[in-house]
Amino acid sequence: MFENLSILALQQYWWVIISILGAALVFLFFVQGGQTLLYTLAKNEDERTILVNTFGRKWEYTFTTLVTFGGAFFASFPLFYSTSFGGAFWVWILILFAFVLQAVSYEFRSKPNNFLGKKSFEVFLFINGALGTILTGAAVSTFFTGSLFSVNQSNLTLLTGNQMPTISRWETPFHGLEAALNVQNLCLGLAVFFLARVLAILYIQLNVDEEKIIQRTRKGLITNALPFLVFFLTFLTLLLLKDGFAYNAQKQVFMEPYKYLHNLLEMPLVLILFLSGVVLVLLGIIRSYFLQSKSGIWASGIGTFLTVFSLFLVAGFNHTSFYPSTFDLQSSLTIENASSSKYTLVAMSYVSLFVPVVLLYIIFVWRKMNAKKLTQAEINQESHAY
Amino acid sequence: MEFIDLSLINWSRAQFALTAMYHWLFVPLTLGIVFIIAIMETIYVKTGNEEWKKITKFWAKLFGINFAIGVATGIILEFEFGTNWSNYSWFVGDIFGAPLAIEGIMAFFLESTFVAVMFFGWNKVSKKTHLLATWLTAVGANLSALWILVANGWMQSPVGMQFNPDTARNEMINFWEVLFSPIAVNKFLHTITSGYVLASIFVIGVSSWFLLKKRDVLLAKKSIIIASIFGLGSSIFLAYTGDGSAYQVAQKQPMKLAAMEGLIEGRTGAGLVAIGLLKGGNDAKSRDNFVFKIELPKMLSILGYRKADAFVPGVEDLTKGNQEHGIMPAQEKIDRGRLAINALAEYRKAKQNNNKALADSSLAVLNQNFKYFGYGYLNDIDSIIPNIPMTFYSFRIMVGLGFYFIAFLLVFLFSALQDKLERRRILLKLGIISIPLAYIASQSGWIVAELGRQPWVIQDLLPTMAAVSHIDSSSVMITFVLFAIVFTTLLIAELKIMFRQIKNGPSH
Repeated sequence: MFENLSILALQQYWWVIISILGAALVFLFFVQGGQTLLYTLAKNEDERTILVNTFGRKWEYTFTTLVTFGGAFFASFPLFYSTSFGGAFWVWILILFAFVLQAVSYEFRSKPNNFLGKKSFEVFLFINGALGTILTGAAVSTFFTGSLFSVNQSNLTLLTGNQMPTISRWETPFHGLEAALNVQNLCLGLAVFFLARVLAILYIQLNVDEEKIIQRTRKGLITNALPFLVFFLTFLTLLLLKDGFAYNAQKQVFMEPYKYLHNLLEMPLVLILFLSGVVLVLLGIIRSYFLQSKSGIWASGIGTFLTVFSLFLVAGFNHTSFYPSTFDLQSSLTIENASSSKYTLVAMSYVSLFVPVVLLYIIFVWRKMNAKKLTQAEINQESHAY
Repeated sequence: MEFIDLSLINWSRAQFALTAMYHWLFVPLTLGIVFIIAIMETIYVKTGNEEWKKITKFWAKLFGINFAIGVATGIILEFEFGTNWSNYSWFVGDIFGAPLAIEGIMAFFLESTFVAVMFFGWNKVSKKTHLLATWLTAVGANLSALWILVANGWMQSPVGMQFNPDTARNEMINFWEVLFSPIAVNKFLHTITSGYVLASIFVIGVSSWFLLKKRDVLLAKKSIIIASIFGLGSSIFLAYTGDGSAYQVAQKQPMKLAAMEGLIEGRTGAGLVAIGLLKGGNDAKSRDNFVFKIELPKMLSILGYRKADAFVPGVEDLTKGNQEHGIMPAQEKIDRGRLAINALAEYRKAKQNNNKALADSSLAVLNQNFKYFGYGYLNDIDSIIPNIPMTFYSFRIMVGLGFYFIAFLLVFLFSALQDKLERRRILLKLGIISIPLAYIASQSGWIVAELGRQPWVIQDLLPTMAAVSHIDSSSVMITFVLFAIVFTTLLIAELKIMFRQIKNGPSH
């Protein structure tokens, strides 16, 4: 089946899968958003415990999606994996540290004799929520703004004078931290941070049955939705007006004015997905704030997925370099020059057929576990609580 | 930083060793105890006896604490391949990335989805659905081990791939050969069963403490019976796969076998050193390298080659060569490796200049010598020798404890079946002491596997010095210290929580 596809079709198929995983990850960042709201929406220990248990039952999904996102990138576009992770070293290390802290914090937080105390683990959760979202957003933004690196496969043959035979090299000693100096990167990082908090609030409204917390979410919604809109719209404006990294039939990378605007206009389906996504995100917020609807998470969640999914397609499709180099344009990574071989993409494509099965059992379990809203009474009854 | 920095390589290796060893402190318990829990829960569902539910929940609580920190330490490893070993990620990403992605899609989601049901689903789903979730968590955890161990097995013995000079990387040509390579299959079975044995000893040790304290006696006795049956079967299979591992090492990584045995000069009908003390320092590599040793005659030849009189090459045969037994000197391999690398450089230049004739002739030289590609990066023949004392002693610790565990589990099983456990207080104390021994054996196994194959990241194809990322050593030094602090802190927290949960017992 997949064997009959061209290598380009397979590369596009895998870029779609990467985009799906990226979009799912940003949606699931509602867990991270919730972790930054523990002291804003909860005013006492019991309320905090409810919030921790609300998000604690979903943290594995975000974590697993992040790991799968990394694994899928490694398998399908290994040159990105080696260039970005080995180059933007500090950004990825900080993200990883944030996730290490998260993984133990839920389980250890309320356990007796936990060495660091409950509050330390709550601070860890906050660090994960803030750093995880901002840095991931900023890292993804470099898909559009570029980074200072070079790639030369011939470096592998360097044998004289003890030279390092490294193929991908980061051409600044800051190893990824320099991305923080770019306004557009910062805007997307902060937009993702506030979006995660908005989604967390909407998730609480649907899944928690504690009136005082719900009341506080109404104010919290607007104080997070407004900065989200400001940062997202700034990012979007800069994106649509900037020159983009295009490549021609000879695989030569060049700067094209308004490239990302052109991508949206030249791929109408992506434009429709993007606009639908933005509208749905806003719809969820508006319905929750003005109509006191408790199901805003569905519209905003689906909207988030569609928006991020279409942004990934804008970054990688239509002859666009998805990981551009501002140091050496011709080192820029495209879905065509950074991918695995056809054989590996075909083999992996068969594995991807498991994804619908995975989605089915996740939906089944999610529905079962979220059938009733979480209350203090339920936490008291549970033998396992965070 | 354009030149090879030895401290960068050493810090990068140290960091990977640190994070991998921390991760492996938690994974084996997860792999094994989840099956023990699943068996206990199955008995609960079958019998409806609430005591079994209580037992299941108690061990599940310990599993949950251990699971979380295992996950925390695991994420680093996946991304370290990129952050610290970027050249490796490109050179073999086409093959190595696939198992990692499959691990995420097929195993991690299964594990993370159903572990939530296992913890929080007691009042939300039916008994049978909960039981299914527990079994699926067990399968998911073990499936994730499968894929990463396939990847590791492939690094020990690369198969199912071909080097592509245009992309300067190895590309997969046979997925099934990668998945079912004898080393990968054996490594998977040996590693997961070592986890089952460790978990069984953990359950027995904790239960022994309850019996010594004369509390939660029913839980302790029932747990010991389940764990000793599960552990005994696993430990016998572990010995069987251990033999398979040694055989594979002899075929594919003879230098590792020589280091495991401290064998400097090769011999026909070589004996297996049962107990031995190596001389210190460089004398470990000299011909007369033992202070004393007790050998089992001809056993090494039998284990490694299935023939009593087979020749087992030693360190000197593998470095200096042995014409009689057809072993090429390491210097010739280095020269051939350099030929291969230079041919690749020539090929790439010729392709750029559209010089087809030169490209073809360079490609022929490359293909002829590619088998030794990684040797081309090495400067001297001694660099192919791993740390002999570490490999030698780690191997003995692992094997010695492995046989001890078989006896230990057998004695516990018989004592439990005869209902004499409470009277055998020394045995119960041994049960507690054996918990750290299981961890020591488990870590020793990885030291043999990984330290014993130095300097290779990928056997014969890529040494560590050619695989590292282009970063400065101070960055890696900082992250090493950070990981050491964070992981040690979390380990202390984990142990304190575990001890308290055990002290509180199932009724708390």
